[in-house]
Amino acid sequence: MADPLDLTAAQAAERIAAGELSADELFASYRERAAADRAAGEEGLNCFTWVAEDGAPDADAGTLSGVPLAVKDLFCTEGVPSQSGSKILEGYEPPYTATSVQRLQRAGATLLAKTNQDEFAMGSSNENSAYGPVRNPWDRSRVPGGSSGGSAAAVAAGLAPWALGTDTGGSIRQPAALCGIVGLKPTYGSVSRYGMIAFASSLDQAGPLTRDVRDAALMLSQMVGQDPCDATSLQFPGEIAVPSAERLDGVRLGVPSELTGEGVGIEAGVKESFEAALAQAEALGAQLSEVSLPHAPHALAAYYVLAPAEASSNLARFDGVRYGLRAEGASDLLDMYTRTRHDGFGPEVKRRVMLGTYALSSGYYDAYYGRAQKVRTKIAEDFARAFEAVDFVVTPTAPTVAFALGEKTGDPLAMYLNDYCTVPMSLAGIPAISIPCGLSGGLPVGLQLAGAAFSENALLDAAHALEQSLAFDGSAARV
Amino acid sequence: MIDRDQVLHVARLARLALTEDEIEPMARELSAVLDHVATIGELDLDDVAPTSHVVEVTGRLRPDEPRPSWPREQILAAAPDANHDGFLVPSPQA
Repeated sequence: MADPLDLTAAQAAERIAAGELSADELFASYRERAAADRAAGEEGLNCFTWVAEDGAPDADAGTLSGVPLAVKDLFCTEGVPSQSGSKILEGYEPPYTATSVQRLQRAGATLLAKTNQDEFAMGSSNENSAYGPVRNPWDRSRVPGGSSGGSAAAVAAGLAPWALGTDTGGSIRQPAALCGIVGLKPTYGSVSRYGMIAFASSLDQAGPLTRDVRDAALMLSQMVGQDPCDATSLQFPGEIAVPSAERLDGVRLGVPSELTGEGVGIEAGVKESFEAALAQAEALGAQLSEVSLPHAPHALAAYYVLAPAEASSNLARFDGVRYGLRAEGASDLLDMYTRTRHDGFGPEVKRRVMLGTYALSSGYYDAYYGRAQKVRTKIAEDFARAFEAVDFVVTPTAPTVAFALGEKTGDPLAMYLNDYCTVPMSLAGIPAISIPCGLSGGLPVGLQLAGAAFSENALLDAAHALEQSLAFDGSAARV
Repeated sequence: MIDRDQVLHVARLARLALTEDEIEPMARELSAVLDHVATIGELDLDDVAPTSHVVEVTGRLRPDEPRPSWPREQILAAAPDANHDGFLVPSPQA
């Protein structure tokens, strides 16, 4: 029989249900690997901020049959540290569990570990974590992407069967691409945000990071649904099905020149891999055409107004009163607030809080926030028009493969450009998936497929057909 | 270009202390990002409605069913400082 660690989550769940595999033993194998990485600290991949104690937790009976799950640090998990990668929440143990995690647990998942991330999900390299950077298992001198870098690296390295992440402007898709795994950002509202430590509420969405497309569908199928605790959550129309398509006959793929052409900064190797994947899609029966998203080049600018603006409001709650860190020796209440936030937030979080506060401040609101919200409308209209002509928009997920640790930390804007191809979909609230489509210089390249709101089933089917045909081999990243 | 005074003003609004050596880099970095953001000023957006929410949700109500609050001691246990029935903070007046 194959090594249980080589099984996808869906395969493991099937074997456990059939009595061919012990959930306890699977948990113990993964726990041991995760604990070893945690013990190695920054000498290892540094994927985890917490790993479960020895002994598998009792799993609820359900589809997921006790398959272990790694969860991004920013999800509240009852009695387990939930720090959102920040020093200001060091050691914080919430009194409740996020709805999405709870749903997965009720479907039979067991909590294996919490994963490292950029502080408050702000970053594209996982170098903004207060708990140290995560390393890319393909090349340890490189970043795993971010902000769900720990989740992506853990799945790629085989330290967890699968992981839960969040995506605000690309934080699931970009690390999935850089680590050679699958990452899905669902339609905004289809998964409850209750219990996610908020970054930008109008954009934040939970989703799966998995070894293959089937696993992404399986995890999503157990997460979607309306939640009384999140008024923006919606009832997903229908159920998420297990994808099975092998062909792309009649599927219309649109390539937007604005996100793939000159001036986007797409590396030659990424471009080559992307174009080879498009040729493969055509061979499977897909019809390729060019589409236009005229406002997409303005998406990043709008995003870096809207997301920091929402963050500056969401992060106001970290003031040293109710939880987490409090600076010592303050002379009065205001002094305590300002010093706690100075000591507790890292440089990127400070920048975004400042940027958001500036954009919302008197005299600047209309020029920045007001305009950015209008740009968002134009971007959503661009996608709506594109989806009249094609089923999915396809782009490279990120303009480059994984870059070196430290390469972009000195230039915030260069770092933000990682999100160029993922941010437009976030602003439009539409689902998008990244699948590995090849290697460039020995490092994975991701292909992004995006569809209309609630098109997840068709999107997963198309991604599955392409994945099966591309037959990407991620085994080189396993530790 | 964001200057030193603007940085200090915004930091006050954000309830964020900055040390002397953090002010100049913050001014420079914010300016660089704002220069990029300024490109949205080039678009004609006069007749465009702002998006406040990407999917249409209109005033949906949930049933108003009472449920228990969190136990006070459990919540206070996470606080940096508390007395028996509330959060304890430094005096608002120095």
